[in-house]
Amino acid sequence: MRVNGKDVALEERITLEMFLREHKYPLDRIAVERNHEIISKSRYGEVVLTEADTLEIVSFVGGG
Amino acid sequence: MRVVLNGEERELPACTLEQLQKELGRADDITIVNGYCTSGVYSVQPGDEIFFVSRGSMPKPGELETMMAARHTPGVHRKVKKGRVGIAGLGGLGSHIAVMLARTGVGHLLLVDFDVVEPSNLNRQNYMISHLGMKKTEALKMQIGQINPYIEVETIDVKIDAENAKGIFQGCQVICEAFDAPETKAEFTAVILEKLPGTYLVGASGMAGYASANAIHTEKRMERYFLCGDQTSGAAPGQGLMAPRVQICAGHQANMVLRLLLELHEE
Repeated sequence: MRVNGKDVALEERITLEMFLREHKYPLDRIAVERNHEIISKSRYGEVVLTEADTLEIVSFVGGG
Repeated sequence: MRVVLNGEERELPACTLEQLQKELGRADDITIVNGYCTSGVYSVQPGDEIFFVSRGSMPKPGELETMMAARHTPGVHRKVKKGRVGIAGLGGLGSHIAVMLARTGVGHLLLVDFDVVEPSNLNRQNYMISHLGMKKTEALKMQIGQINPYIEVETIDVKIDAENAKGIFQGCQVICEAFDAPETKAEFTAVILEKLPGTYLVGASGMAGYASANAIHTEKRMERYFLCGDQTSGAAPGQGLMAPRVQICAGHQANMVLRLLLELHEE
């Protein structure tokens, strides 16, 4: 699987939410695109990842 | 040859700028050729856009817009004047983005914020003592009226959320995410990209403190999404938001908006 332009091994069938938690992404401070489609936060638990997927995960810090 | 002289098409013989100025009795004027201050021996070329601007005199209202446009690169003004840009949040980023886009001549600006100007804003936001207590939307609209009165400014006083974002920003070509809280940034980014296909979003993350200004950059993260900032420097105790880096980041956002309006879709 490709995540933010880098190859990441996907060893088992997991949901997007499991992947994000495992990699310590703060779920309420990110925006996620999978194969050029935005996945809203409410769908993280239902999207099952495959090795062919490309994820873009944007993380936000405070300030503006 | 055909040239455009103070906004009007004219037929001219071959001449230098100096000769033309003398002939028209405007030898003391500032001359701007194709968006660039020019003088003297320059040979006028077919298709040039030439402006003569009298020094120190107050222009007539009808002339003002033409004179302001003179400083823009030809072709740019026409495109940005048709532009419609939404700004979500009018703090340190949004207030500066709005002013920069106004100076650039972007024709339609939609300014959205629910807040009022407070003393703690003055360290980095584009407001003054005289604006304290005013709605940010109103304070900014007033300033833009003083910078470029030909810009159509629409303001909405509301707290933006996942439910109302689509309705508010529908119809904008480009939207700037200029919020403070990372949760709000994340939610707005997902909603806009999901629900407004065809709209570009220019967001920001990482501009607190006083680390190198060069770390702040623009990155195309998704097909219609550009992110400005150093992507790491969050506002936190001991690392406050300060005017220089906040304005640099706002500058990155405003420049990306300008590029998108000019149909340049890469960072």
